[in-house]
Amino acid sequence: MPESLTTIAYLVAGVLFILSLAGLSTQKTARRGNSFGIVGMLLALGITAVGHVHSYGALAVAVAVGSVIGALLALRVEMTSMPELVAVLHSFVGLAAVFVGIASYLGTVTDTAHAEGVIHAVEVFIGVFVGALTFTGSVVAFGKLKGLVRSKPLLLPGRHLFNLLLLLVSVGLGARFLGASEHEGLSSLSIMIGLAGLLGVHLVLAIGGADMPVVVSMLNSYSGWAAAAAGFMLENDLLIITGALVGSSGAILSYIMCRAMNRSFWSVIFGGFGADEGAAPAKRDNSEPQGEVTSITASETAALLRDAKQVVIVPGYGMAVAHAQHPVYEIAALLKKQGCKVRFAIHPVAGRLPGHMNVLLAEAKVPYDIVLEMEEINEDFPETDVVLVIGANDIVNPGALSDTSSPIYGMPVLEVWRSKATIVMKRSMASGYAGVENPLFFLENTKMLFGDAKKNVDAILSELRSAASSAAAE
Amino acid sequence: MKIGIPKEIRPGERRVAATPDTVSRLLKLGFEVQVESQAGAGASFADADYTAIGASVARSARELWDQNELILKVQPPEHNQELGVHEAELLRQGGTLVSFIWPAKNGELVERLAARGATVLAMDQVPRITRAQKMDALSSMANIAGYRAVIEAASFYGRFFTGQMTAAGKVPPAKVLIIGAGVAGLAAIGAARSLGAIVRAFDTRLEVREQIQSLGAEFLEVSIKEDGAGSGGYAKTMSPEFIAAEMALFAKQAKDVDIIITTALVPGKAAPVLITEEMVDSMRQGSVIVDLAAEAGGNCAVTHPGEVVTRHGVTVIGYVDLPSRLAPTASQLYGSNLTHLLADMGGAKSFHIDLEDAVVRGAIVLHQGKLVWPAPKSAPMHPAPLAPTKSVVPAPEPAKNEVAHPLRGAAFAVVALVLLGLLGSVAPKEFVSHLTVFVLACFVGWQVVWNVTPALHTPLMSVTNAISGIILVGGMLQISGPISSPVTLLSAAAVLLATINISGGFWVTTRMLRMFQR
Repeated sequence: MPESLTTIAYLVAGVLFILSLAGLSTQKTARRGNSFGIVGMLLALGITAVGHVHSYGALAVAVAVGSVIGALLALRVEMTSMPELVAVLHSFVGLAAVFVGIASYLGTVTDTAHAEGVIHAVEVFIGVFVGALTFTGSVVAFGKLKGLVRSKPLLLPGRHLFNLLLLLVSVGLGARFLGASEHEGLSSLSIMIGLAGLLGVHLVLAIGGADMPVVVSMLNSYSGWAAAAAGFMLENDLLIITGALVGSSGAILSYIMCRAMNRSFWSVIFGGFGADEGAAPAKRDNSEPQGEVTSITASETAALLRDAKQVVIVPGYGMAVAHAQHPVYEIAALLKKQGCKVRFAIHPVAGRLPGHMNVLLAEAKVPYDIVLEMEEINEDFPETDVVLVIGANDIVNPGALSDTSSPIYGMPVLEVWRSKATIVMKRSMASGYAGVENPLFFLENTKMLFGDAKKNVDAILSELRSAASSAAAE
Repeated sequence: MKIGIPKEIRPGERRVAATPDTVSRLLKLGFEVQVESQAGAGASFADADYTAIGASVARSARELWDQNELILKVQPPEHNQELGVHEAELLRQGGTLVSFIWPAKNGELVERLAARGATVLAMDQVPRITRAQKMDALSSMANIAGYRAVIEAASFYGRFFTGQMTAAGKVPPAKVLIIGAGVAGLAAIGAARSLGAIVRAFDTRLEVREQIQSLGAEFLEVSIKEDGAGSGGYAKTMSPEFIAAEMALFAKQAKDVDIIITTALVPGKAAPVLITEEMVDSMRQGSVIVDLAAEAGGNCAVTHPGEVVTRHGVTVIGYVDLPSRLAPTASQLYGSNLTHLLADMGGAKSFHIDLEDAVVRGAIVLHQGKLVWPAPKSAPMHPAPLAPTKSVVPAPEPAKNEVAHPLRGAAFAVVALVLLGLLGSVAPKEFVSHLTVFVLACFVGWQVVWNVTPALHTPLMSVTNAISGIILVGGMLQISGPISSPVTLLSAAAVLLATINISGGFWVTTRMLRMFQR
């Protein structure tokens, strides 16, 4: 097959990938976008298989096995576990990049006497480095999301120095790698893989649970750069384009998440939220408003909801943990039927993945036009009768706007306290991931509904149902 | 600890510092409560209502002041004509008093109380901070005054507020202008709107625009841009140009509207005169002005504090006791404010004066006879985000990272250019063309991804996951060697992993997108 035909096919595939991302700009075009992506992928793979592969045995087996595993993962995963799936998929890209890099090093004779050779060696080295980092980082992120690794940040003393050391040693190894003849650089490469892996583990361990959306999107970005690096070493433009797309997509998501938390990107990726200020956030003195907390029962909540004309539901990670999205939607539907205006308010960093809450609500069949973003709904809180906060904490903390000493000061939050009544469902009075007291809980128009979110939501739902049926009977 | 609730003696004062409801809450906090006989009569609470929930009743004022160490009142203590003695002298030696005090203008009263060794908390000095909102009696009373102002206006105004289409013909709606959208102004807007009037409101603080509009009123503006937000949610004095523009606006409005309610106060100063005699004269006969600033001199030149005057057929209401005219509600809210304050100070069991506490420090006038007012100005209070008078201040970006930016950006650019230059001088042509593709792709990706709606960020991640499986191509390019060679094996492993990504990523995206529905 002529080389140019392959290139043209790659070009088409690249365009399809771009269209695929562009399609995600609205819900209406999203499915079409996804189809573009699939078509692009099939085209790219098909043309590569026809044009560049001579023996199909190994390929067929690997593709068959991989597809089945992937499909099983995708069809089995619960929507609440999407962050874990995404993290694990990142790790695969990272590992694949490592393999491709080593294979590329072994498969070609590197002549470091010429610029081409040097550049190829550098590409291999960087690609493998990023791949290894992505791999171990994603594995740790997966562990944290799954609860296998504790989500509290691990803050080693001198951790920045440690990271820097790992990086410098890797660069040193890189120099040695370039100096090595034939395939003798393999030892340097292997040691570097170990170090990069360690760096990945350490970087992610130092990041707290609430920052997981940033971590996951950052790893998404890394996996893209790893693919792009592979593209450079194999001189394949399609890999470069795709890698760059994915890399910038992840970078943007990380940036959006950081902005939503009013944090600098660097403070998040180098970990240790609040550590820069030199104080453990959880141990702040009790200058925070300590006051009466008013608790409420599920049936009182139901009564409040029944009388409300406008209700806003603010879901947080707690809703995902309790799998409460289905009964939550039923409550919303029931209230809507009774003439109440019900909407959902989503904070950009709610959950553990960008857009996580939207997916959960979509799974529960909540129509997406009543699911609003923070900017869209913040103005409407004063006219809202009841706000139902389900398993969220830091994203509704008024201290973020008024308390300059708060570690989350300046983070835009959902201003639920401006509504007439706020009901906060929480397991206990424990503070959120940021370890910050929430003055919202002590406000006069805030009522606390303690206990498991799922049970409470179910209880409210059955109260509302029985009230609705008795009203119908009359 | 025993709390006494005396009957208010100021003529015309109908409020009382505790209602049966707030008394029951005080009892729950562990206090004993005694109420002077007939104390609640003005607010329609009988003695029996208090005894029914467990309070005792003192037959005389003297008895009440004698027997209780903590006195809750509405009005500042004054001379009791009946007993021929000043209430300050009735207070026990070393007793505690919580009421409105207005220490700035009642210096003599403060001296009298100091002589009794009293501890005095002034409800009018509770700082306007987030935490103190439930104790903010001024806001409670202002809210009532705003509502009542509309009701007073309606009773003097000879027409409907709401427009009606009747069989007999059309009645136009009343037009109401409200000046000053603080707590009172907003309450007035709400009340006038619910009566059906067309409401316009003006305030020098631009931040209240949203609040005004959210209540269904029109926000009037002058062409000069100046924000009048002062500290603590109050307004500051504006520039002469602004005031001229503002007066022109009022003069124009006066000819058009039927009711004007003014609530403009600048703390510590006489109320600004906003409605001149000419403006009053220009209003239609039968129009009504309610001046909520009457006590501070009035916003209207015609206002007589405490009275209703008529001029050219325009009624100008200068009542200074509007909260008292809604005595049961005012007593209930004021009583609640007091209850919250006492609960914050430790309830009965651990009642104490904590001078470190911002609320207590702000409100306290005398501590065991020693003058401790005014509180030292601490760091400027943040405007409380919750107060109905003020909207949330947009969070300023932390500046520390921003400062170095321009320089850093320039340095970055220089370094990047130098590196690119070096690269260009040594790198082969192929590499440079790949780099071109790479950089352009980054920019395309950047542009495209910004358009993705936040609701679809999770599908975005799974799609990018799937297409980053394109690294599969990297495996395929190297898979064709002998099956046992390490290159082939590594490539096969890479292909396997990447396939999981592609298949998993696309499947799960399809699954998710199918769920999004309108």
